[in-house]
Amino acid sequence: MTVSTAVFYLIALLTIVSAGMVAFSRNIIYSAFSLLGTFMGIAGLYIFLGADFVAAVHVLIYVGGILVLILFAVMLTHRITDVTITNRAAGSIPALIVIGVLVYFLIQTVNATPWLKAKEVVFTATTATIGDAFLYDYLLPFELASLVLLAAMIGAVVLSRKEIKD
Amino acid sequence: MSPNELSSYLTIAAILFALGLFTVLTRRNAISVLMGVELILNSANINYVAFSHFSSGNSAGQIYAIFVIMLAAAEAAVGLAIVLAIFKLFHTIDVEAAETMKD
Repeated sequence: MTVSTAVFYLIALLTIVSAGMVAFSRNIIYSAFSLLGTFMGIAGLYIFLGADFVAAVHVLIYVGGILVLILFAVMLTHRITDVTITNRAAGSIPALIVIGVLVYFLIQTVNATPWLKAKEVVFTATTATIGDAFLYDYLLPFELASLVLLAAMIGAVVLSRKEIKD
Repeated sequence: MSPNELSSYLTIAAILFALGLFTVLTRRNAISVLMGVELILNSANINYVAFSHFSSGNSAGQIYAIFVIMLAAAEAAVGLAIVLAIFKLFHTIDVEAAETMKD
């Protein structure tokens, strides 16, 4: 077993164990912090897949943005001084059975299907390619994305502002 | 399982998807449900990047992954703002308590 295989196993383990903590933890603070491990593991998987730019963007947006936002929401909606910050779950057993069957069939399908293979697997810096693609082939989706972000920003401000009654 | 096989990445993505779906199905806390949605979006992203690396040989999958990350950021901002609005109205973020449309 080479070093890179060992690192791959470690990253896969980190991703799945933290995701399991998110799904099964009783305390929502633990859930929120386990999400950090999942996001870092997924960034590691992107690096194994030769997607350096996607990995950097993933860390910036998920860890730096979404995770902080989630932690803020947790702390704004629970009284932190409470000893038990519960994370109630319902219907665990039927959901576990459904999920177990689903994941079994998904993994069966993954292993049984003869996936299309590229001629050669290359590792190159992807940033320039992605920048070109955004400004030529994907220009319209790129501009639409900025509109979506503007709409989301205005929507978030309108939804979460304080109502001033006179 | 090895870092040079497509199927190992697809397996990890399948497990992440199942855990995210479990979180969405069973949690009664709105923020936990949003965390499950993030896990599901991330598993789809791993599939995009893995197929882009092993099957297509071009970077189209990575571009779709970046669009998904962008939409996830917008979804988290609006979703958490809605959660805060629900908390102001009902003083709880239990999704079962907030099933009525009036306070």
